[in-house]
Amino acid sequence: MTSLDLAFAAAGAVTLAAAVLAVTTRHLVHSALWLVLSLGGLAGCYLVLGAELVALVQVLVYVGAVVVLVIFALMLTRAPIGPSPEHTTSRLHRALAALLGGGVTALLLAVLVPLAGREAVARTPVVSAVIAGDLFATWVWPFEALSLLLLLALIGAFSVARLTGGRAQGES
Amino acid sequence: MSTLEVILRAAGLLAAFLLLPLLVGQTEHKVMAHMQGRLGPMYAGGFHGWAQLVADGAKFVQKEDIVPAAADKRLFRLAPALALIPYLVALAAIPVHPGFAVADLPGGALFVLAATSVGILGTLVAGWASANKYALIGAMRSAAQLIAYELPLALAVASVTLAAGTLSLGGIIEAWKPWWLLWQLPGALVFLVAAVAELQRPPFDMPIADAEIVFGPYTEYTGLRFAFFLLAEYGGIVVMSLLFSTLYLGGWRGPFDDLAGWAWTLLKGFVIALLLIWIRVSWPRLREDQLQRFAWLTLIPLALLQLAVTAVGVVLMGGSS
Repeated sequence: MTSLDLAFAAAGAVTLAAAVLAVTTRHLVHSALWLVLSLGGLAGCYLVLGAELVALVQVLVYVGAVVVLVIFALMLTRAPIGPSPEHTTSRLHRALAALLGGGVTALLLAVLVPLAGREAVARTPVVSAVIAGDLFATWVWPFEALSLLLLLALIGAFSVARLTGGRAQGES
Repeated sequence: MSTLEVILRAAGLLAAFLLLPLLVGQTEHKVMAHMQGRLGPMYAGGFHGWAQLVADGAKFVQKEDIVPAAADKRLFRLAPALALIPYLVALAAIPVHPGFAVADLPGGALFVLAATSVGILGTLVAGWASANKYALIGAMRSAAQLIAYELPLALAVASVTLAAGTLSLGGIIEAWKPWWLLWQLPGALVFLVAAVAELQRPPFDMPIADAEIVFGPYTEYTGLRFAFFLLAEYGGIVVMSLLFSTLYLGGWRGPFDDLAGWAWTLLKGFVIALLLIWIRVSWPRLREDQLQRFAWLTLIPLALLQLAVTAVGVVLMGGSS
């Protein structure tokens, strides 16, 4: 058990605990903030495994932008202090969600654990230049396709917002 | 690196983080007093009002620590730390002397951006947890502002890293050449403006616009917790100034930089901090919609243009790496 193992276990425990709290808490904004901790813990895991660039991008994109957007949207709509019972789901929903989550976890474990094997894998820090080379040479077409997909989603969301907004104005 | 060295470096970082923001705060008092003919900050203690900052500190310590009854108490108490710590972490990655930064990271430029982007959460949480509508409006303004200005900031940094061919801040300083001052000038201007907006200082201080929404997210804070937010702002000035001098002014580069590299770093950072104070004194506050328009229609196209110019330059010179 090296100090790296300990650090990885700690980061993983933080991630898991924060993720559980994020879905079980009854405070809306708390849920978003637990998500921050969970995503931050995941960045910690990446860092311990030697993927520095991925860890930094994780913090920059997910903690710094995505969750901030989530909290911003919560504040724009309704984010009361204290528990919000009107958003609490029924027992049946919760049981089904737990079943689905457990099933996906079991499926992933069944696939990934045999892949991992039993021997320890040497920790090799990944150099940013290698990732850049892979991303923009080998995987450049999937990368571009993804960015096109995101662009389409963006334009779609924009047009939906504009069209419904225009109709509402026309009616009134 | 031995444990002792780690402890020494951390202690040095903490000392610098406690000292430099106070220095910037003191400078701001005096520079603003001179530029705007203010008498208040020039009085306490006799010579140039040197004791004003000490008096402010004593006042903050004495004040009662109040948590509003309707507030989310734990988050309300946590928010100042959330605002302050990211800047402390970001400061660690800034190279101070040839071959020396408290934490020398291969992805330093990205690290500083990531750390400062987390700082938004402190303001957001403070505004939400206060259970005050002015605080909430302020927090929403600051979220909208920070999302809008994060992009030009990241694009400006991306341009410099592209020119240097590395994400490491130390590597950027080593690759820096004086003519970059001209080549990267649009990016530098974008970075400077976006940094002022990121720090929520005038003319971009709509989130805390005291004439409109009392004091925005910090309305309900008193005493030491409020002082922590002030410290976070000045800490932010220190980080952004040092980052600007690292990216655009060659950091520790200068005559005799083997010996005096750290002095060059501090000097350049201090000059930029002065510039930030000067900007605060000179411009009135923008309106909320003007701020958004400026970010999306001026800064981002300019930053993209700079990125294109940098890319063309790098290709023409056959790559700088």
